[in-house]
Amino acid sequence: MDRPNDPSKRTPRESMELDPSGGGSPETLVLVEGVQRAQRRFDRRVVALLKNPIVLTLALLGLIALLWWAAQTNWAAVQRLPALIVWGVMLGSIIALGSIGLSLAYGVLRFANFCHGDLMTVGAYAAFALLALLRQSTPLAPFSFGWGFLVALLLAMPITGLVAIGIDRVIYRPLRARHGSLVILEMASLGAAFFVRSLIYIVWGADFYFYYLGRERPAMQLPLGIRVQAYQFFILGLTLVLIVCVYLLLEKTKMGKAMRATADNLELSKVSGINTEQVVSWTWMISGALAGAAGVLLGLSAQLRPAMGWELLLPMFAAVILGSIGNPYGALVGGLIIGIVEQTSTAFINPAYASGVAFFIMIVVLLVRPQGIFGKAGG
Amino acid sequence: MDSRMWLKALFIAIPLAILAARFIPLTRMWRLLLGIFAGIAVAVFLVWLLPPGIMAYLVSFAIMASIFAVLSLGLNVHWGSSGLINFGIAAFFAVGAYTAALFSTAMPTGILALYSQQAFGLQMPFLVGILAAAVVSGVIALLVGIPTLRLREDYLAIATIGIAEIIRLIFQNERWLANGPQPLQGIPQPLHCLVQSPSCDWLPASLQMILSPLTPRDYPYIYLAIVVLFVVIIYLVMERAIRSPWGRVLRAIREEETSTAMSGKDVFAFKMQAFIVGSMIMGIGGGLYAHYMVSIDYTQFTPLYGTFIIWVMLVLGGTGNNKGAILGAFAIWGVWAGTAFLTDWLQPVLAAISPSLPSRSPYLRYLLIAVLLELILLFRPQGLLGEEKQVSQFIEK
Repeated sequence: MDRPNDPSKRTPRESMELDPSGGGSPETLVLVEGVQRAQRRFDRRVVALLKNPIVLTLALLGLIALLWWAAQTNWAAVQRLPALIVWGVMLGSIIALGSIGLSLAYGVLRFANFCHGDLMTVGAYAAFALLALLRQSTPLAPFSFGWGFLVALLLAMPITGLVAIGIDRVIYRPLRARHGSLVILEMASLGAAFFVRSLIYIVWGADFYFYYLGRERPAMQLPLGIRVQAYQFFILGLTLVLIVCVYLLLEKTKMGKAMRATADNLELSKVSGINTEQVVSWTWMISGALAGAAGVLLGLSAQLRPAMGWELLLPMFAAVILGSIGNPYGALVGGLIIGIVEQTSTAFINPAYASGVAFFIMIVVLLVRPQGIFGKAGG
Repeated sequence: MDSRMWLKALFIAIPLAILAARFIPLTRMWRLLLGIFAGIAVAVFLVWLLPPGIMAYLVSFAIMASIFAVLSLGLNVHWGSSGLINFGIAAFFAVGAYTAALFSTAMPTGILALYSQQAFGLQMPFLVGILAAAVVSGVIALLVGIPTLRLREDYLAIATIGIAEIIRLIFQNERWLANGPQPLQGIPQPLHCLVQSPSCDWLPASLQMILSPLTPRDYPYIYLAIVVLFVVIIYLVMERAIRSPWGRVLRAIREEETSTAMSGKDVFAFKMQAFIVGSMIMGIGGGLYAHYMVSIDYTQFTPLYGTFIIWVMLVLGGTGNNKGAILGAFAIWGVWAGTAFLTDWLQPVLAAISPSLPSRSPYLRYLLIAVLLELILLFRPQGLLGEEKQVSQFIEK
């Protein structure tokens, strides 16, 4: 599955360290180093440009001018900014939960899972189905949902994880075993995405659904004219709890250690006696469970639609790339940034283009710093 | 067998003759002659034997399959020859379709302008519109390629998914550009005057006489010939290209990027060229689609219909094989059309399971296509035809 000797899969610094021991004729090394030197030169130029005080001052002045211009042209929109930032944190939490799973799976399995958005949809609809089975519960004040929703949420997470493991067993594992290229896996994940979404369309149809009709009233009033509803605090709180869980799991448990080791170097962890297939299963479980939770929260904050997860795939990839692909903590930061920027952008441009804003950020990151905020190379 | 049927047969004979000439194992001269003869014979036979309704269905089927063959040939330049993952074919498909439409339609005037808006309508000829579609698609490819082609291959996949979504959003929301969420209508059909009663005025009177029995309902026969000519030209050019040094460099980049770079090839430039060429072909496919559909709107360029099905076509036909790209397009379009009959036929069964299921049967088709892709990837990754291992004209086979 993995091609550890493929230099294109490594950051320049890593390949610089690894290539001399990796063999190859002296001329090869000279050429590889030449290519790397050019890359490093380019990176250094970009970094120098960013560190240049004049450029930095100009950028800051530009930002201030932009804000001033925004205030001049659209004062009403600027007044909405504090509220939009708070809502952006909520949206960002959902994106972050999805991106952490996406980044984790990328780290361990080395391929972009295009099915991840649709795993979110699976979680959302699984909770919806469970909610219909559970008997009606009285709302837990101040929320408008009862304990039934909490049970459905907690059950939807492992269900989504199992779906992710199932897709892995049926499709990805045979492909991995054949040592096919990673691109084939990506294509297979795109196929799995369409498969899952078609199933949801067939079972539930294209209609909108809600977990609960109506919203909590009144909305809580915060300073600066920010109105927040109770469920939005629930989203934020649950995200924090889940992120702490992921942190503990990755840093404090043996499985977390094995996962990080596998992400670092597959061959070495195999040699060290780590059961990598087990690690892969756990990765899918965690990634799927987080996607499921994100899907339920997305359904809670808006409505359930079969395309809901797919539409979030682009912001999630933007978050993952922004926070350095394969780094779950980076994905958290990236998710929050993307969420806030997407929400605040709606004050100035057509809200329909929110995912376009995420795409724009992604392209800028790819141009300026393709390794992301927390990437090692070049900086 | 009246003169109208003879004319129809003559138009179908064009693709059939090309097909026959491709497969007759003789010298070039004989192949051509025999191919033309066989094509005409089969065409006359078909028109004479099949009821007009079925014939019309087959022609429209072949037109759509040929348009998808163009898109699939474009994807073969990306994925097949160069290993570039383009998950946003719908972007170039849509850009090509809208560009060709804007170049060839007229600006709406009078009362129509109240209901239909577009940025410009140049009333250019068909071929100019197709050329513009290719150029604009190529420019978009250049813009997408600059940030992504230097990076690992999955960045391009992610970026192309993004660009496809955004281009669809633009055509959905920008009313001034191409009538926003409403369909852009009245796209002219090339050579449509051939089937009108006062025939094209640039034709000699004798030809006008011969063509006079055709009615506007027979237009698809003419368009089929046009689309097939495009498929053939693109096929021949791309076959030549992958056998050229340029094509072999692309293949080398796909197989082993680092050693290609070490052989002194500018990997980025070659990837960029391949990405632009493939996208231009997709743009041409979009233009051909627009002129066939007459009316286009943003819902036609979804990830499923505009991207996914084309991937399945190429993977089924044989990645890296231009013949496979065309074969896959026809096969998958056949499956796609066939599943429509299947779901129609299954309606009573579905209704028995749940009353709401019959209305959701279109999604059953998507499900089948997705399952088909996974099955191909798992059990026959090389596709039906597979890739030719030797493409150099200097090596004896």
